[in-house]
Amino acid sequence: MRGAFAAAAAAAGAGAGSAAAQGDPSILTLPAHSTGLGQPVVTDGYGRPSKWETGVQRRQSPGLTQTAQASVSFAPLQSLFGIVTPSGLHFERHHQGWWDIDPSQHRLMINGSDPRLVKKPLVFTVDELMRLPSVSRFYFIECGANTGMEWGNVAVPTCQYTHGMLSCCEFTGVPLKTLLDMAGANTRLGRYVLAEGADGSGMTRTVPMELIENGEVLVAYGQNGEMLRPENGYPLRLVVPGVQGVSWVKYLRRVEVGDQPYGTKDEALHYVDLMPGGLQRQYTSVQECKSVVTTPSGGQVLQDRGFYSVNGLAWSGRGKVAKVDVSVDGGRNWRRARLQGPVLDKCLTRFSLDWVWDGQPALVQSRATDSTGYVQPTMRQLRAVRGTRSIYHNNAVQTWHVQANGEVANVHLA
Amino acid sequence: MCTWLEGVAVVALRASRRLAAVMLTALAFTLAIADASAQAPAQTPAQTAAQTLSYVGIGRAATPAEVAAWDIDVRPDFKGLPPGRGSVARGMVVWEEKCASCHGIFGESNEVFMPITGGTTAADIQTGRVARLNDASFPGRSTLMKLPTLSSLFDYIRRAMPWNNPKTLSDDDVYAVTAYVLNLGGIMADGETLSEQNVREIQQRLPNRNGMTTDHGLWPGRGFGRHGQPDVRAVACMTNCATAATVASSLPEHARNAHGNLAEQNRSVGPQRGADTTRPAPATLALAAAAMPAAVTLATPSAAPAPHAGVGKLLQTHNCMACHGMDRKLVGPSLTDVAKRYAGRSGAVGYLDGRIRAGGVGVWGPIAMPAQNLPPADAQAIALWLANGAPALTSTAQPSNSPRK
Repeated sequence: MRGAFAAAAAAAGAGAGSAAAQGDPSILTLPAHSTGLGQPVVTDGYGRPSKWETGVQRRQSPGLTQTAQASVSFAPLQSLFGIVTPSGLHFERHHQGWWDIDPSQHRLMINGSDPRLVKKPLVFTVDELMRLPSVSRFYFIECGANTGMEWGNVAVPTCQYTHGMLSCCEFTGVPLKTLLDMAGANTRLGRYVLAEGADGSGMTRTVPMELIENGEVLVAYGQNGEMLRPENGYPLRLVVPGVQGVSWVKYLRRVEVGDQPYGTKDEALHYVDLMPGGLQRQYTSVQECKSVVTTPSGGQVLQDRGFYSVNGLAWSGRGKVAKVDVSVDGGRNWRRARLQGPVLDKCLTRFSLDWVWDGQPALVQSRATDSTGYVQPTMRQLRAVRGTRSIYHNNAVQTWHVQANGEVANVHLA
Repeated sequence: MCTWLEGVAVVALRASRRLAAVMLTALAFTLAIADASAQAPAQTPAQTAAQTLSYVGIGRAATPAEVAAWDIDVRPDFKGLPPGRGSVARGMVVWEEKCASCHGIFGESNEVFMPITGGTTAADIQTGRVARLNDASFPGRSTLMKLPTLSSLFDYIRRAMPWNNPKTLSDDDVYAVTAYVLNLGGIMADGETLSEQNVREIQQRLPNRNGMTTDHGLWPGRGFGRHGQPDVRAVACMTNCATAATVASSLPEHARNAHGNLAEQNRSVGPQRGADTTRPAPATLALAAAAMPAAVTLATPSAAPAPHAGVGKLLQTHNCMACHGMDRKLVGPSLTDVAKRYAGRSGAVGYLDGRIRAGGVGVWGPIAMPAQNLPPADAQAIALWLANGAPALTSTAQPSNSPRK
């Protein structure tokens, strides 16, 4: 940077004013904020990002859906740091539009598909749920269709659109197990629950009792230290760590204990993975280990040669991220990336790798391995087993092509 | 005042001693909990609290009417199916009134949602496998191509349709619409009626009733499937790995701007910028030009100095643009608005010159403009430019509100 400035000053030297020759006007001329009075407190009772940050928004992918109520907005992963998604940038997926529900009128019911399964069906108010002992934990949430547009060919330009149906928040709530215990659920017979939303779509998904029994599944009301955002299910949503977002039922109104899976619309018509041979995989739920480099990434421009920190996110629905390797030559050679703590279960993990870009084209990739030993596959390995029409659960290694002009493109390798 | 403050201090001191003790206890407790949970909770609060009986006063029994009002789900074995019946003929009436506007008269439309009908054959009804699901050249996947369980269709129509008025169909009309959808797919005949008596028989006609598998590792429970066993196994090779490393697919040039201008979808500060996709890709790296401080760029003399040629540089050097946009209000009014108000007025140059150097408040709102310490000649030049209507500055003299690029 110092070199660049010197070069610039030299280039400008001939006809430039004396100020430029003496140094950077950003230093030599004091700006208004150094010589004037700033703004008062509470200019905005709920603060907002700097006006310089207006490019950082969640966005729709043009043409992906025909209605904005059954649609999705993608989180700007290329602009985020660390592992927490700011609540206002959390990706959205609505099946029949979102609501801002009056919490004083919202109820949660626990019942059984027959009387053997729940001894005492219960109703809770939000007040009551918030009186119970709570836990707060960081978990990632990823739509099962994240990266779904990329099964065949490159379809979208940026990390936001390839991987942005991914977010990670601190969720606060009550373990569902607590509520099932209070209702006297028979977990010997009832090995499944149905979670149901209060919105028009009445979202329903089956969740296995195993996840509830280990205490991970939460009835959450908190998100990043405040209440859930309406777009994310205010006032109650289910949190099902490691499992695709559709099971994290928003506007949660009812949990039913049953002895069979429920074959709901989103377990029979959508969120089914079409395999070569024409069979559809039903009840695919776990988000397998995956990673993506977020900077530099598709649609960005490197301004200059020299040092860059290759940054990205890794996660696994089966546990912790054990390691992440990064390649800048399209997967021929790999280097171990640094993992930034904390490395948590079923949570995003930030990784980085030091890189000096020599100005030559580079193919940047990341590959995560989780605590079960599972290694994130390449697109070719994934297609060899699942074909190209699965839509869901694409966890392939992503490739970004850094071109000589500094522009970064989304590419698939042969 | 003084006494009050001292009093507060004493109370605070006393409190802090007590607080310290409490905090130590709390810390020890927290550490113990943290060991046990650490995101992979071994204990839930229900278990750590002695028993659930301790949650006295929380939750109440649901009444049978409440359970009936909400427990509307229907399972694949038809548990939960309400009694009722609906004919194909009645279904057509409801369909055309409430469903066809989105889904098309024959359920074939893909304009709003994925098609409901199409792609199934009489042969599929015999085998229970939709052949076209194995035909990559067949473009769509309709509802009837995928549907394995009749309950899923019935339950969904009942809970979520019509799209803009869900849960308003009577149970009989849910039967009727379900029957009509099946009729459109050649699964039920024109004269047939669907009811709780014959759902199991109709289930056996579904074209894709045998088209599902749970033989995979992506179900997190033990009840079925492969219990987490992955189907794709990769190895983490580190050096000289076998890869073609050649690009097989990328976005075509004509799609460069299809997702909007990516320059506006990225932060304006940091190691990278977004690509300006409204223009063709640059041939070379931005390099030093991009790293050059803006004011230095401005200092480059243009070939033929325009009138007001130095003003862009002055606006930048004196940081006018920190508060004033060229065309939009920031902290203060836009320069265009200032010019609009004063251009052509007698004495405008003198007035504006004085305002720039002395500052002021009230003309444009409650935020004061501080006095500016700049050479009189510079203030005069800016005032003159404003009084002349703030004509467009040449591109080399264009100041910017953006942080340095």
